[in-house]
Amino acid sequence: MKKNSNLSIVLNGIIKENPTLVLILGTCPTLATTTNVFGAFGMGIATLMVLICSNVLISLLRRVIPDNVRIPCYIVIIAGFVTVVQMLIHAYLPDLYEMLGVYLALIVVNCIILGRAEMFASKNPVGKSALDGLGMGIGFTFALCVIATIREVLGAASFAGIAIPFLENFKIEFFVKAPGGMVVYGLLIALIGALTNGKAPKKKEFSCAGCPSAGHCGNACTANGKENA
Amino acid sequence: MEAFKNLVVILLSSVLVNNYVLSRFLGICPFLGVSKKLNQAVGMGVSVTVVMLLATFATWPIQYFVLEPFGLGYLQTIVFILIIASLVQILEIFLKRFSPALHKGLGVYLPLITTNCAVLGVAINNITDGYTFIESVFSSLGCGLGFLLAMVLFSGLRSRIDEMEVPSSFRGVAITLIAASFISLAFMGLAGIVDNLFA
Repeated sequence: MKKNSNLSIVLNGIIKENPTLVLILGTCPTLATTTNVFGAFGMGIATLMVLICSNVLISLLRRVIPDNVRIPCYIVIIAGFVTVVQMLIHAYLPDLYEMLGVYLALIVVNCIILGRAEMFASKNPVGKSALDGLGMGIGFTFALCVIATIREVLGAASFAGIAIPFLENFKIEFFVKAPGGMVVYGLLIALIGALTNGKAPKKKEFSCAGCPSAGHCGNACTANGKENA
Repeated sequence: MEAFKNLVVILLSSVLVNNYVLSRFLGICPFLGVSKKLNQAVGMGVSVTVVMLLATFATWPIQYFVLEPFGLGYLQTIVFILIIASLVQILEIFLKRFSPALHKGLGVYLPLITTNCAVLGVAINNITDGYTFIESVFSSLGCGLGFLLAMVLFSGLRSRIDEMEVPSSFRGVAITLIAASFISLAFMGLAGIVDNLFA
């Protein structure tokens, strides 16, 4: 497979650089919206839509946006698309809107989106950026659904709201509570680490190397970097 | 007296029961990222508290005196994130000019706060919960202090983990998340403490 073929860009987001399980970005929605599969899928698709749209627009404008103020520009573009998605979900899927609550608005500060804008869309043509958004979005949705399936089946004995009869008496409520989410996510990351045997670009720490905000906080990152080193 | 009780309940419940990091996962990136050392954890916690308070002072009036009278409620997300981003910039410039010592201490954490979902989360939650201005201020103060408390506790736990032999596939983020879940579990034990405070 050619390194830059269209398929490899999409697959890169789903497998090799899965934003949730490998790059470990967007931790907050990952933990908060995975108490049931329906909510997790909705969150994933909402993020996917915003990601594709913002990647396309930022890629189109990449020669127009001045370098110094690029982060505020990206944030405004992303916030605009988030508002659109918010209004659409409010109008057509009110149940999902209630369930996701504040986390829907918080897609604005999801570092996957800003990270892809900074690392990919600002350097690549429109088509590739759209594919990158698609791949990353599918990767995010997939990971969210996996975590949500584990948590919902074990914690609430149901799948996407449909009760599983024979598990009815074996609910472990811990898994749908906050700490359960962290444990499941932590174990999955460890599992990926063990399966890939360290071959995947494993993120050792939340350091500046993998941080999408590194560009606009040079000050903070070099200071922290030195301290960490 | 009733009003005072109400404020205490809001403050304590946002510090202990509905802790933003540990039960709502807001601001979990800096929680996992900058909690390696105690002094970093305190610096980040204080910066977040200050920015949360400032953001509430700015966003609450704008929501009720600008956005709602003109029927612009749907612009909330865009307007709030812009306000927070510019507040952080202004605060940084201000500190640099008037208090270089403080800037040296807190300045490095400020740019990271722009994309911190806890700050935007507090601003939006204050509106959706229908808090008055004073209640909003107390709730964001509580959220900030809760964040600080969680950071300080967690930095202690992190320094213990650093001395342990951790299986290689758990090293790094995985063990950090699992450790965070224990703190979160401990905080769950505090549920109900505030409801019975004045009973």
